[in-house]
Amino acid sequence: MTAYLAKRLAIAAITLALASVVVFSVLEIVPGDPARVMLGMNASEAQVEQLRQQMGLDGSPVQRYLHWAGNLLSLDFGRSYTYSVPVIDLIAERLAVSLPLALIALALSTAIAIPVGLYAASRRGKAGDAISMGAAQLGVAVPNFWFALLLVYLFAVWLRWLPAGGFPGWSAGIWPALKALILPALALALPQAAILARVTRSALVDVLSEDYIRTARAKGMPWRKVLWGHALRNALIPVVTIMGLQFAFLLAGTIIIENVFYLPGLGRLIFQAITQRDLIVVESVVMLLVATVIAVNLIVDLSYALVDPRLRSRA
Amino acid sequence: MRALANRPLVAGCLITGLVALMALASFLWTPYDVTKLVVADRTQAPSFTHWFGTDHFGRDIASMIMVGARNSIAVALVAVGIGMGIGVPLGLFAAARGGLLDEALMRLNDLVFAFPALLSAIMITAIFGPGAVNAIIAIGIFNVPVFARVARAGALSVWPREFILAARAAGKGQTLITVEHILPNIANQLLVQGTIQFALGILAEAGLSYLGLGAQPPMPSWGRMLFDAQTRMTIAPWMALFPGMAIVITVLGLNLLGDGIADLLDPKSRRRR
Repeated sequence: MTAYLAKRLAIAAITLALASVVVFSVLEIVPGDPARVMLGMNASEAQVEQLRQQMGLDGSPVQRYLHWAGNLLSLDFGRSYTYSVPVIDLIAERLAVSLPLALIALALSTAIAIPVGLYAASRRGKAGDAISMGAAQLGVAVPNFWFALLLVYLFAVWLRWLPAGGFPGWSAGIWPALKALILPALALALPQAAILARVTRSALVDVLSEDYIRTARAKGMPWRKVLWGHALRNALIPVVTIMGLQFAFLLAGTIIIENVFYLPGLGRLIFQAITQRDLIVVESVVMLLVATVIAVNLIVDLSYALVDPRLRSRA
Repeated sequence: MRALANRPLVAGCLITGLVALMALASFLWTPYDVTKLVVADRTQAPSFTHWFGTDHFGRDIASMIMVGARNSIAVALVAVGIGMGIGVPLGLFAAARGGLLDEALMRLNDLVFAFPALLSAIMITAIFGPGAVNAIIAIGIFNVPVFARVARAGALSVWPREFILAARAAGKGQTLITVEHILPNIANQLLVQGTIQFALGILAEAGLSYLGLGAQPPMPSWGRMLFDAQTRMTIAPWMALFPGMAIVITVLGLNLLGDGIADLLDPKSRRRR
């Protein structure tokens, strides 16, 4: 187990290091000089040159990479070119919107998908199965931002129950803030729930044909207990894997959804930073998202051992 | 005859065929000219003259959806081509060689997977500027590790088979075995994955053009049409309804097609249904 853990950790660390090289190199070739952008078109050459030195933009690429990566490790992300505030403050502020959004969406999609998958698998071949899986097939095909527009039309324009966009901030109270996140989270969650429901169903169908399920039934265990205890637990591995992968999709999905709802989150921050050529913000946010994806995948891998005792002993 | 009894396959073929036909027909004929702006006809509700209504420039939505289909299909199809063209050889090579090279290639795969597709697409379009070609590259790059994984996993399951041993005994080299025996045996899996990535590509393209990073106006694209519709939801909801339905129907058709092919090729998965 320790050897397995060490290997997984090492791979995650190497992937993260390589990712930082990729992000740094990609942004090296982005056209536009940050010093020039900050000072505007009217600044003199000398002023620009001075600022370049101040920002450490005059070193060799390797020097600058090491400097940047070293700072990242000590959580010093630098200062935003356009907002002139520490990037870490900017990220913390935006994370207060994006993180709850992604977590609510993940919780919603799991809460929808697992019962639907269980229902479909236990009604396999019957009308209930066909209808719920037909709905899932449709859900997979719906782009989340289009679904978002439909939700806005129904709940904001027509029924006027929820706001169409914007975010009042957590200081305005929990309920108004949560209200602003309901539609975005729903829009993010539904297509993901459709995928997860399909995976849950097919994993369960595989498990339900196992001998130990028949044994459990034969000894008189109630169906509900067999389904939730024996079957779901054994079907969890593919389900957890997909949930891990979905977290990356949810993070990326926030970029579009936050733009639909004008939410001041990380996704909107990175999108604006790119158009404003605020490269230091882009670098930091991309690295944060990539690190999150790597960490989540690592946790998923390790959680297999928790879900499946057989893997624990083998590893 | 088994194919006809396979409902997902039939439905998928029909829908995909119709969408493709619509895109091809748009080269010859559309109800209205999508480049002509008729201000007098702007934001008209669906009617007999304009089936799906008109947009804020008075352009016919139905015609724009027809022309937009070209863009969606072309971007997604070429992106699948890029993914297959680079990913499949890499996966086959990794499986044939094994060892350190295999490990290195798979770690490289992990690296690409760590970047959510939309994120890398946004970065790529940020560097090279928005446009259909850059959208293709961005989506294509994300497809590479997907196909590399499928090809590698498929090839690894074929290599230990007896007929490969026979081919080796006959003196065939790794490359020849890979091309003559491995590739035909995993072609089915690649085809299924291809339709899935095609569908995902349509969704990704729509997302990118919604953000303004895909095909640029005046070229109509489904994602861009939804962006234009967003601020006009109260006065012209049909502007959002029909392009979105076009995306859903196309993706649904491709997914059904993929499921259908998988069923047809692997009767075991069929029994599981």
